[in-house]
Amino acid sequence: MIYLDNAGTTELSKSALDAMMPYLTREYGNASSLHSSGQRSKEALETAREDIAKCLNASPREIYFTSGGSESDNQAILSAAELGAKKNKKHIISSKFEHHAVLHTLKKLEKQGYKVTYLDVYENGIIHLDDLESAITEETCLVTIMFANNEIGTIQPIKEIGEICRKHGVLFHTDAVQAVGHINVDVKDQCIDMLSLSAHKFHGPKGIGVLYAKQGILLTNLIEGGAQERGRRGGTENIAGIVGMAQALKDAVKELDEVSKQETKLRDKLIESLGKIPHSSLNGDAKLRLSNNFNMCFEGIEGESLLLLLDDAGICASSGSACTSGSLDPSHVLLAIGRPHEVAHGSLRLTLSKYTTEEEIDYVIKKVPEVVEYLRKMSPVWDELEKGKKQHIL
Amino acid sequence: MKALIAMSGGVDSSVAALLTKNMGYECIGCTMKLHDNEDAGVEKSKTCCSLNDVEDARSVAIRLGMPYYVFNFKDGFKEKIIYKFIDCYENGITPNPCIDCNRYMKFDKLFERAKVLGCDCIVTGHYARIEKEGDKFLLKKGLDETKDQSYVLYSLTQEQLAHTLFPLGNLPKTEVRKIANENNFINANKSDSQDICFVPDGDYAKVIELHSGKTYPKGKFVTKDGKVIGEHKGIIHYTIGQRRGLGISSECPLYVCEICKENNTVCLGSNEDLFKSEADVVDFNWICGVPAEKYIKCKVKIRYKQKEQDATVYPKGENKIHIVFDEPQRAITPGQAAVLYDGDTVLGGGIII
Repeated sequence: MIYLDNAGTTELSKSALDAMMPYLTREYGNASSLHSSGQRSKEALETAREDIAKCLNASPREIYFTSGGSESDNQAILSAAELGAKKNKKHIISSKFEHHAVLHTLKKLEKQGYKVTYLDVYENGIIHLDDLESAITEETCLVTIMFANNEIGTIQPIKEIGEICRKHGVLFHTDAVQAVGHINVDVKDQCIDMLSLSAHKFHGPKGIGVLYAKQGILLTNLIEGGAQERGRRGGTENIAGIVGMAQALKDAVKELDEVSKQETKLRDKLIESLGKIPHSSLNGDAKLRLSNNFNMCFEGIEGESLLLLLDDAGICASSGSACTSGSLDPSHVLLAIGRPHEVAHGSLRLTLSKYTTEEEIDYVIKKVPEVVEYLRKMSPVWDELEKGKKQHIL
Repeated sequence: MKALIAMSGGVDSSVAALLTKNMGYECIGCTMKLHDNEDAGVEKSKTCCSLNDVEDARSVAIRLGMPYYVFNFKDGFKEKIIYKFIDCYENGITPNPCIDCNRYMKFDKLFERAKVLGCDCIVTGHYARIEKEGDKFLLKKGLDETKDQSYVLYSLTQEQLAHTLFPLGNLPKTEVRKIANENNFINANKSDSQDICFVPDGDYAKVIELHSGKTYPKGKFVTKDGKVIGEHKGIIHYTIGQRRGLGISSECPLYVCEICKENNTVCLGSNEDLFKSEADVVDFNWICGVPAEKYIKCKVKIRYKQKEQDATVYPKGENKIHIVFDEPQRAITPGQAAVLYDGDTVLGGGIII
């Protein structure tokens, strides 16, 4: 099996698993307990908090453990909205192609009377800073823009966004689920007030994540309960998950340069080779993108069929974000960068990891054109394109 | 042999999957995602295509050890089924979207997918039978008369019949439930779906307004001789033969006899006014592939839950027919299907105009 869906989730690393094992077995104490077993868990918890803080250049008190990226996004946005409402500021700025954890939270706020401006992301999948600056008003309480896109991997000018927000005294949250562990993140230097991350995107375990919130930002609780996470998130801590996340993040930051160099080489090989398929086009900026992200549209075929046949050929790929049912909608991300509906349906996302080998990529480069050709032969749409009844878009 | 099984998450298609597997086919299960419940203006519901149904179908497929996929056919469904549904009501016609769904989704779109996956046939949980006679395939009623679904399958072509299996055709529903129970299927006691899947609460007018973004102008109720007797809510709210919800008081009961789009009127009359002996049918599919050479005597069904009626049918070219019923029929409704039967065998069907 060739696994190229690392933006979906990644393989748990051996070192993260090793770090977790004691807390899945003998070290099961509750970190809130007085006894020594509990205290050992508490120590592991706080060490992990320090390690993670260091990786982000934050302070440990700014790290809140959550169940993952979605929860962090929800809590960050709802907290900022509530803080804004107290000052009668009910305007939020975001982008058109955020993750649904952000978009759906914003939709909910819109129903409650908040105004949301969704910035254009243009054809290359990157916002324009002037658009942002001119969208900010006296009422703006939050700017939430993702660090790197989950489907097309484009990276936003985060530091510049942060500086603009700071200049105008507006809180800045970034969904960095795809970025952390893959590119340098420094919350101080990049002027980030709140940030969401998820462990399973960098070879950590699932079901655990972090919300970073700068000191002084009062969070709204999503889950009431005990005094865990300084009263901001009830529930007995998932020590094994937290320890595994810290280990995975430390590893990712340490190996970052080397891994991204290797990934970039393989990614560019994919872009170059598969780009030779006629009537295909890369989605998103070719350079300002995550080193592990390849996303291309092939005209005249359905992404769903492509995935089925690649799966059959032992290649785990994706066509965009995975929705709960496992079915595929035409991606809102591809529509946001101006891909027409019929083309957005025929997309292929391949996302690499440190475990991806050149042999695997070579196999994919051989297989994908075969499958595309096979599907085009069967496709009524392709037939119309070839006969000139319809115009090619790509 | 490889089979693609259309699984709705209901008990019928689940048992169909089991029976196909037992016949020795290499099976792939799938669910067609046709719409979001949000499209119907309801948040969560018990109709097909909801996430719950997808989970039920997946659970059965896993239990049977077959690969399972969800196919997103929402775009096609909107275009071919929902928009046509709206268009019909806007023109005073009462459509049957389930027939279109079988035709354009299950036996067209899904067939394409089956081909891509290298499957030899598709399987559904319909109560109908396919039999081969000589070099022709016959479409026949399901043995359980109370569940027979051949009416909604009249558009099948010889090519499609050759590559379709209906494993439930010979079973009564009670037996199907029994099999589901014996196999501990999660949905063994799930109730049958009744309504149109994208109109789960029966309020089709609301769904039409939601999708079209239009409101439909009020107009006049008139009698046969043109007398205005009241105001109607917009023609999309009415169907031929309807009595309830007219909001008109009268000595004898009034029924919708005609819907006239041009002047936005709804014509009311007595029950007797609803009876007619003739109907014209278009878009007619002869199951055997060729029209009857001359007129034929057969049975005709003009709505899903109706007893077949004796009639004489006159073929008009390749795909039209004219029907003369032995007895006048109540509320022959444009947009509904007329399906011809010779005993158990479906001869063909089309749309009443």
